Amino acid sequence: MIRVQNLVKTFGTFTAVNDVSFNVAEGEIFAFLGPNGAGKTTTIRMLTTLLKPTSGHIELDGLNPATNQNAVRQKFGIVFQDPSLDGDLTAEENMEIHGVLYHVPHKIRRQRTEELLKQVELWDRRKDQVKKFSGGMKRRLEIARGFLHTPKILFLDEPTLGLDPQSRNQLWSHVKKVNEAEKVTVMLTTHYMDEADRVAHRVGVIDHGKLVAVGTPAEIKAQTKTETLEEAFLALTGSTIRDESAGSADQMRQFAKMWQGGKR
Amino acid sequence: MSAIYILWLREMKRYTRSRVQIVASLGQPILYLVVLGFGLGPVFQRAGSGSYIQFVAPGVIGMTVLFSSIFSGLGLLWDRQFGFLKETLVAPVPRLQIMIGRTLGGATVALIQGLLVTIVCLIAGFRPVHLANVPLALGFMLLIATVFAGLGVAVGSSLQDMQGFQLIMNFMVMPLFFLSGALFPLDGLPKVLGYATMIDPLSYGVDGMRAMLIDKSHYAATTDFEVLVSIALVFIVLGAWRFSKIEI
Repeated sequence: MIRVQNLVKTFGTFTAVNDVSFNVAEGEIFAFLGPNGAGKTTTIRMLTTLLKPTSGHIELDGLNPATNQNAVRQKFGIVFQDPSLDGDLTAEENMEIHGVLYHVPHKIRRQRTEELLKQVELWDRRKDQVKKFSGGMKRRLEIARGFLHTPKILFLDEPTLGLDPQSRNQLWSHVKKVNEAEKVTVMLTTHYMDEADRVAHRVGVIDHGKLVAVGTPAEIKAQTKTETLEEAFLALTGSTIRDESAGSADQMRQFAKMWQGGKR
Repeated sequence: MSAIYILWLREMKRYTRSRVQIVASLGQPILYLVVLGFGLGPVFQRAGSGSYIQFVAPGVIGMTVLFSSIFSGLGLLWDRQFGFLKETLVAPVPRLQIMIGRTLGGATVALIQGLLVTIVCLIAGFRPVHLANVPLALGFMLLIATVFAGLGVAVGSSLQDMQGFQLIMNFMVMPLFFLSGALFPLDGLPKVLGYATMIDPLSYGVDGMRAMLIDKSHYAATTDFEVLVSIALVFIVLGAWRFSKIEI
C-alpha cells in the first residue's frame, strides 16, 4: 500500500531523510519511530504531498504523489503532530469543511460526522467553537476528522500527544477497530514505545535520517537482545539527548516531562 | 466549486464571529475621518478646494478596504501558525481553488468593512454627488479589495512566519496608503512623489471612487478601471503561483 524507495530530503546542506526505503502492506499498522529530529515528520510530509522529495520514489496505493497529487490526497487521512483545526469554527463546521474538501456527499457527510463525533464523545459539543475545547478534545476532533472521508491509508503523526491515558486507550482501540473492520492501512509515529508495541504489526526505526531497523516488535527486540521496545529503541538510537531545535510538539513533550518530574 | 464556496463561507463565519475586531477595525478610519476631516477642513476650504470631508471620505473608505483585504490575505500566516493551512494543503482540491476561495472571502470581508465605513462617512456629513453612481463606486471598492486580497495571498504565501508581518506593515501597507492620494489631491505634486503615486494601485482605486462619488478625479475613471482590472489579474496570478509553491 505504501512503497518508499531510496527517499532523500535535504534542506541546504542538512540531510533530513537519507536514502530511506520501506514498504507497508495493505491493512498493516506500521509504527515509524525515532528520536526528535530523526526525520519521521519530514518523511510523513513527503508521503502526504506537503514536501517534495529531493530524490527517491514514493507510491501510495499504486499512485505516485508527484504525478497524481489529488488522487493520492483522496486516499489518505492524516492527523498532524500540531493542531490543524480552525478555532473560530465549531466542531461540526470543521468536519463540514473537511468533508467538502474531500468530496464526501452531503448525506454521507452528515451521517459520518454524527457517527464519528459520537465515537469520540464530542457530539454534544458539536456546536461549540473549537477554541473553547481542551487539548484532548481538539485531538479527538482531529482524529474524527481524519476518518471522515473513509481513507484507505491513515497517517497519525504523534496522535496521542497531550491525551490522558483514557483518551489514548480509546484512540488506539478505535484505530485497531477501523484497521480490522475496514482494512485501513495505518502509518503512525509516537514516542510512547509501549503503544507502538501494543498496536503496531511492524516497526521502523529512523535515526539521523537513516532507517536503522525494520521488523515486528518481537524481531526488533530479538535483534537488539532486549526485553522491551523502549530498550530496543535506545539500543538502536543511543541515549544521547538530541539537540535539534524543538518544534511545538517537542516543547509540549518537554513540558510534560518537566511537569511529571516536578510531581515526583 | 464547492471547495471555493466552503472556504469563502469560512472567511464569512470567522468575520461575523469577531465582533470586537469589526468594531476595532472601524476605529482608525473614524479617527482619520474625524480628526483630519474636521481638523484640516477649514484649511482645505480656505485654499478654495471645497469640503475636506467630501474629499477625504473616498480615501478613508479606500484605506479601510486596503487594510482589510490585505490582512485577509495575510491571514495565511495565521493559518500557517495555527495549522489550518496544512488541512487545506493536503486536501484533494487544486490549490488554485483554495487560493480563489480565500481571496474571494478576503475581498468580501473588505467590501463589507468598506460599506460600514461608508455609513460612518454618511453620518459624518459626507454626501455622494450622484446617487446613481454609488453602485459604480461599490464596483471600485470591490476592485480594490480583489487587488489587495490577491497581493496579501501572494505575500502571505511567501512569508514563513509572523515576524515578517511588521515589515510588510511598515514598508508596504502604510506606503500604499500614504502614496495613494487618499489624504491629499494628486494634482501638482513634486515629480518623484507624482511617480510614486502612479505606481501605487490604491491611487487608481481612490481616484475611481472620487470620480463616482464626488465627481472629481485625477485620472479618467476608465483609466482607473482598466489599471485596477489589470493589476487585479496580475496579483491573482502571482498569488496563485506563490500559493502553489507553498511547502510546509
